[in-house]
Amino acid sequence: MKSLRYFKRRTINNTIFFLSYASAVIGVAILLLILLYTVIKGASAINLDFFIKLPRPTGVPGGGIANALVGTFMVVGIASAIAIPVGVMAGIYLSEFGNNKFAPFIRYLADVLNSIPSIVTGVVAYVFVVLPMHRFSALAGGVALSIMMIPIITRTSEELIRMVPDTIREAALALGTPQWKVIIFIVLRTAAAGIATGVMLAVARVGGETAPLLFTAFNNSFMSVRPDQPISTMTVLIYNYASSPYADWNAMAWGAAFVLIVIVLIANIVSKIFTKTKYAL
Amino acid sequence: MTKKLIIEHLNAWFGSVQALKDINLNIEENSVTAVIGPSGCGKTTFVRCLNRIHEVVDNARISGKVLLDGEDIYASTSDPVLVRRRIGMVFQKPNPFPTMSIFDNVAAGIRLNGIKKKNEIADAVERSIKMAALWDEVKDKLYKSATALSGGQQQRLCIARTIAVEPEVILMDEPASALDPISTAHIEELMQQIKDKYTIVIVTHNMQQAARVSDYTGFFLLGELIEFSKTPDMFTNPGDKRTEDYITGRFG
Ligand SMILES: Nc1ncnc2c1ncn2[C@@H]1O[C@H](COP(=O)(O)OP(=O)(O)OP(=O)(O)O)[C@@H](O)[C@H]1O
Ligand SMILES: [Mg+2]
Repeated sequence: MKSLRYFKRRTINNTIFFLSYASAVIGVAILLLILLYTVIKGASAINLDFFIKLPRPTGVPGGGIANALVGTFMVVGIASAIAIPVGVMAGIYLSEFGNNKFAPFIRYLADVLNSIPSIVTGVVAYVFVVLPMHRFSALAGGVALSIMMIPIITRTSEELIRMVPDTIREAALALGTPQWKVIIFIVLRTAAAGIATGVMLAVARVGGETAPLLFTAFNNSFMSVRPDQPISTMTVLIYNYASSPYADWNAMAWGAAFVLIVIVLIANIVSKIFTKTKYAL
Repeated sequence: MTKKLIIEHLNAWFGSVQALKDINLNIEENSVTAVIGPSGCGKTTFVRCLNRIHEVVDNARISGKVLLDGEDIYASTSDPVLVRRRIGMVFQKPNPFPTMSIFDNVAAGIRLNGIKKKNEIADAVERSIKMAALWDEVKDKLYKSATALSGGQQQRLCIARTIAVEPEVILMDEPASALDPISTAHIEELMQQIKDKYTIVIVTHNMQQAARVSDYTGFFLLGELIEFSKTPDMFTNPGDKRTEDYITGRFG
């Protein structure tokens, strides 16, 4: 009797262990497959020219994606320049002054914003930036991406600032420090590693977006660093090249996809390193 | 003798719970005043009312007056930041700034108060750490993280951090509860050394310590001040039966 029950329990144990193990393997396998496939297909397109040359018409060998690489950094840079200050300050507001009726509303708004389809943020930037300026621009792309970054940074900053113990705030206050200095020099500093993690995750998240850029940053076959001009980005380039009928452009798309994955991976790894520093909370 | 702090009809609440009931006492300048009493009797709450830290807790409030050099720190014109600059505090649990080095922890208050000269800061840091009897243990790792120190070392670091901003009054909430006898002796020595310049209020559970270091002692029970007198009087000739029971260890 006893051994039968034991046998039953052991069988259930083993089954559940096997199922969860199998799910994990499938998840990792899919990820590896994507990575491997991109490497195989993309690596052949990658050489020095790929990084420093401009795109060439199909059939002309030796083109590169320099403008798209620069463009992605520009657009994500503009988005960060808008989203980091806004997001961190909103996070400070919610955690330090969030004991009122207004704060839950902001929090809810951030969560809604976070779940809006990315193409909608593109439409918003189109209406509010592209139409008034009468042209596509890096700025419009940056605005579209910043709309996606702000809620992520707001919520992670809020969480991490909230994790700073009150005893730390009290220690700073007891030294005769005004509250704004306590927040900026003590609380933010204590939460800095965590906030940086949130920022890197937001960067990694929007760096791979295509939809919001299609009708904001648009595209540009030439090198451009002007915020008020259309600009090429990796994701839009991949979209265009991958859906083209030309084999050499398809190969370029794979190469660009590979580079993009590596960049996003680096952003993720950097955020992990931030959380592991000795100064992390 | 001048009265550094005059406490009049001080009441303190956490929400609807009253933690202090009608406290009246005077704290003499350049003396050490000990606050004793069983756990939960309101010692911590009392010292936190003296530098306006009590009010930063949600729903906490106070009534009554605390006069610092004759001026009510709770007057509507009084700035809590300036009050706390003059009345420093060492908390019951060590609370160093976790992302800062040992040096930066001690320098934090000075820097936040606007002093920028490097050598001035370095001098103040060294002097404060030495006064807190921590120098020999940390002088070779001033730029290591403060969280790598032991609990007792962290507490002395917090003492150094408080001394560094040179407040007039220092509130110490059980500063020696995590210290070994040698460091405790150092801290007690420190109090004797600095009391001609500062005014010190120390919360302690240790009767011998109160008797050794303090000039005045207040005995708290259930949020009330039962007895306040010169320390030798309190320990040789307590005026209240409850005080006697407590200091002789007969208290339940
Ligand atoms: N943050 C708080 N919220 C609600 N009640 C509190 C809070 N802090 C303290 N109290 C209550 O106030 C009373 C006094 O607490 P206090 O911390 O001043 O005691 P204490 O004498 O310092 O005790 P101990 O010797 O254990 O440190 C206690 O009954 C406690 O439960
Ligand atoms: Mg206490």
